Amino acid sequence: MNHTAMQLLLAGLVVLPLVGALAALLPAPPGLRGKNPDQAVLRHGVTVTGVVLAAAIALATGFDHGHPARMQATTDISWIPALGIRIHLGVDGISLPLLVLTALLTFLCALYSYFRMPTGPSPKAFVALLLTLEAGTLATFAVLDLMLFFLAFEMVLIPMYFLIARWGGAHKQAAAWKFILYTLLGSVVMLLGLLLIGVKSGTFDMVALATDNGPKAQLSHTVQLLAVLAIGIGLAVKSPMWPLHSWLPDAHTAAPTVGSVLLAGVLLKMGTYGFVRIALPITPEGMHTFAPYLAALAAVGIIYGSLACLALVRKGAGGDLKRLIAYSSVGHMGFVLLGIASMTPTGVNGALFANIAHGLITGLLFFMVGALKDRTGSTDLDTLARSAPGPRPAGSGAAALLPAPSGAALYARAPRFGGLLAFGAVASLGLPGLAGFWGEMLAMFGAFRPAAGLSRPAFLTFMVLAGLGTLLTAAYLLLVVRRVCMGGSVDLAGAAVLGNPDPDGGTGADPDGTPAPAPALPDLARYEYAAWTPLAALTVLTGLWPAALLGLTDPAVQQLLGGGK
Amino acid sequence: MSSVPSLVQSVDWLALAPPTLTAAVALVVLVADLFLPAARKPLLGWIATAGLALAALSLLPLLGGDRRTFCLSGHPDVCSYVADPFALVIQFLVLAGALLTALLSVDTIRDHDLPAGEYWFLLLSSAAGAALLPASRDLATLVIALEVASLPAFALVGLRRGDRLSSEAALKFFLSSVAATAVMLLGVSFLYAATGSLHLSRVAHALTALPDPRLATLASAGVALTLVGFAFKTAAAPFHFWVPDTYVGAPLPIAGYLSVVGKAVGFSGLILVTVQGFPSYAGVWGPALAVLAALTMTVGNVAALRQDPRRAHSAVRLLAWSSVGQAGYLLVPIAAAGYLHDPAHAIGSTVAYALMYAAVNLGAFAVAAVVARTRPANRITDYRGLYHRRPLVALALGFFLLCLAGLPPGIIGLFAKVTVFSAAVDAGLAWLAVVMAVNVVIALYYYLQWTTVLFRGAEETAAARAPEAAPAQAPHRTDIPAPLATAIALAAVLGIALSGAPQLVLRFASGALL
Repeated sequence: MNHTAMQLLLAGLVVLPLVGALAALLPAPPGLRGKNPDQAVLRHGVTVTGVVLAAAIALATGFDHGHPARMQATTDISWIPALGIRIHLGVDGISLPLLVLTALLTFLCALYSYFRMPTGPSPKAFVALLLTLEAGTLATFAVLDLMLFFLAFEMVLIPMYFLIARWGGAHKQAAAWKFILYTLLGSVVMLLGLLLIGVKSGTFDMVALATDNGPKAQLSHTVQLLAVLAIGIGLAVKSPMWPLHSWLPDAHTAAPTVGSVLLAGVLLKMGTYGFVRIALPITPEGMHTFAPYLAALAAVGIIYGSLACLALVRKGAGGDLKRLIAYSSVGHMGFVLLGIASMTPTGVNGALFANIAHGLITGLLFFMVGALKDRTGSTDLDTLARSAPGPRPAGSGAAALLPAPSGAALYARAPRFGGLLAFGAVASLGLPGLAGFWGEMLAMFGAFRPAAGLSRPAFLTFMVLAGLGTLLTAAYLLLVVRRVCMGGSVDLAGAAVLGNPDPDGGTGADPDGTPAPAPALPDLARYEYAAWTPLAALTVLTGLWPAALLGLTDPAVQQLLGGGK
Repeated sequence: MSSVPSLVQSVDWLALAPPTLTAAVALVVLVADLFLPAARKPLLGWIATAGLALAALSLLPLLGGDRRTFCLSGHPDVCSYVADPFALVIQFLVLAGALLTALLSVDTIRDHDLPAGEYWFLLLSSAAGAALLPASRDLATLVIALEVASLPAFALVGLRRGDRLSSEAALKFFLSSVAATAVMLLGVSFLYAATGSLHLSRVAHALTALPDPRLATLASAGVALTLVGFAFKTAAAPFHFWVPDTYVGAPLPIAGYLSVVGKAVGFSGLILVTVQGFPSYAGVWGPALAVLAALTMTVGNVAALRQDPRRAHSAVRLLAWSSVGQAGYLLVPIAAAGYLHDPAHAIGSTVAYALMYAAVNLGAFAVAAVVARTRPANRITDYRGLYHRRPLVALALGFFLLCLAGLPPGIIGLFAKVTVFSAAVDAGLAWLAVVMAVNVVIALYYYLQWTTVLFRGAEETAAARAPEAAPAQAPHRTDIPAPLATAIALAAVLGIALSGAPQLVLRFASGALL
């Protein structure tokens, strides 16, 4: 494909959703009215996101896979000469997978909402906000100018705020406020860092900055330190990094299904992408100084996230399944940050891989939890796993593995649904052969041998902590599978003694032989197959063929870390 | 002390056209008021609007170069009136702001039975003073222009006869403003005594090398007092207390006028005296203005945050406090100018920000005027469900508020803030930039809260109000009068155009204006 076509495709990726958002607010033209206005506008959303997805796939096909380190489909025109801001777009091996992931997830979200619109005000505004959100996220990954990056970063705030505040569940107002205030405070601080870079170096162009800051760095050490600190805070809030994560569980819990999927699937990636695209190449010295702290906080985040999940999954804790997956995101993003902090090609590649994997798997999980809530009316773990009336004796560990006679075991009530949920959980815990495995393993490899100059003992400690985190992650996810899918009452103490493999082994064996005492739930509907199969398939595909993704990112990462050579 | 200047000065009437035309139309309106029958009074409004438009058009021939007039004979550089790019931009801001105010006023005058002749005369006089100020280059002209701009404003604020709030507002405004003028005059006289000149360029020169070193104390006192006077005028903290009550008491268009044109006057005066008059004292006024800026934005935004949306007039109150906060942002580049070798570069950010602020803030006031027609209490809760009643107006207000907050889709608001931030970062005022960052977040909270109210469901509001509102809403009240609609549309188009091409105003931030 020639250069102009690629340029148009990339520009179209950013502009199309915006045009679509505006069009969604206008009355439908004759011939496209559909059955009623709501249906017409939802269909409009599916069409636009579908076209965007097609453009993203075309872009990926036209992408020169032989030179993923080179910026392709570049557009570079002056926009605000007064501030030296240029409309500079481009795509390389780092941003291409994220662009495709964003387009895919948004399309699936639009498709899902077409059949199951979240309760709230008119779908018109919903579709317009969804499309604006998509434009902002795609722009974040496509722009190569620091100020445009900031603009795109901010662009997603308002749509996400309204998605949570208007279509969300309980405590939606408070959660939406927490989300926007945290992120905005972070991004304003980030703006200061970006301006510092721009003022000191005289350009906002990411490519130029990344190229110049190899050995002949223009930015002095102090400037780099300040810039990384400011930019890092903004990106860390978004990522989110412990201890700046506390907006995330609330936002996820309150958000509508589609909001949660996009929040976890794409919005969090904007933070880590910023680290890779801005902090690593433009301010390498500053990043070098802060890398151990970033890694330490990432490791704490991994442990913290999994401990919080373990606390939530406990019987009688009244834990919310959505909240649990949100906390698991804190842990997973900890791996991504650890990989970035190692500053090695291995670690950064792992981080980028984990980014995509997390987007696929957690997106799938949030979809399923949302659907589960629609079916049972609750995401409360105790309700979902409601066991026999009387408490079971704690000693009968083995018996507890069997579903309770009157339990709400998902396997019995909706076997396919339960199976897919178990698949998502197992993928999330990093089972080899699925997408979750490679990213986290590579991130830990990166920490095992961090970049020259970084304290190896410290990073080894972080790696061990991360390793412990994977065990804890496996523990809580398997407990989730056992409680939600198999039902039955399990107290945490018993489960911890039993260890991990048992429930895992149980996943395949139990459901068939058990009769379904509880009223059956509707199993996977056709539209749910349509929305979720791509995610599941890609999880398997990237798990089995990681080279497809690593081949794209690795050359680009090598170039970024090597100072643009 | 100084030699007696020749009494014959060259006068370039073309350069003087913008303020002169405005003043002339003001007189025409005053005289015409005597001869027009009561039924034809609305004509006065159209004369005034046309006059303002004409004055704004008279800026066009001046775009070419620096015109100077009222120069000292023998010293062509020392002039009292200069139509340089800075003066032209601020004059455009003032005249366009006054034009939008005029469009807002047409219906307010009719609905509230305000005296039309006086109203238009006072508005035009004030605009003439405001248009004169940015071009004046000596301290006497500056003070006179400032007074011509402020004195009619007191009367405009107190124009709602028999309204206690209105008189109280006018009195508060008057007392604080007169105190400011007195202080400033004292400062100016000290400066005259110390330097022997009133022309800014000569004052600047004399301050670097005072004829008598013993005059240094007098000169510093003069500089400080002059700055305090302007701080009053710009409503910088701690001289801001008159703002909320004055805005609530004044007719709504006048509140909008004060928040935009009143501020522009204060700021352009402050820029002129600091950058042109006292560059050698930059080490003093730079830090002082930085502290003032931090204080002003914090006080304004925190107070705006604490407004109770259910209180009467809370919408105007919130706009009033937020305008104090915005004044803080406007002060930042002026403070930064004190730290830079090229101060004229930094103040461009203030000009760019002021232009953005003028368009969107007047737009917000225009929407407030629309809502005030059916809900005179003008509480923020009255905006609930505005989107369901008037979708376009609600979208416009949402856009204006997001511009003020500086978030997309208000791209121009965002980039105007970016220029202010970059002026601060450029000057090494990191602490001020951080204070401003926190303030931006605080401001976002209340702006966004108001925005969400617009889109909230109107169900229960409509249900609760249906019985009482139905008879009150006579047919002519439910549709928006054409002048108001034009004002909102103008402001919205300006805001959207600037969001698409921010370069239109941001170029002032890069070029030297003075």
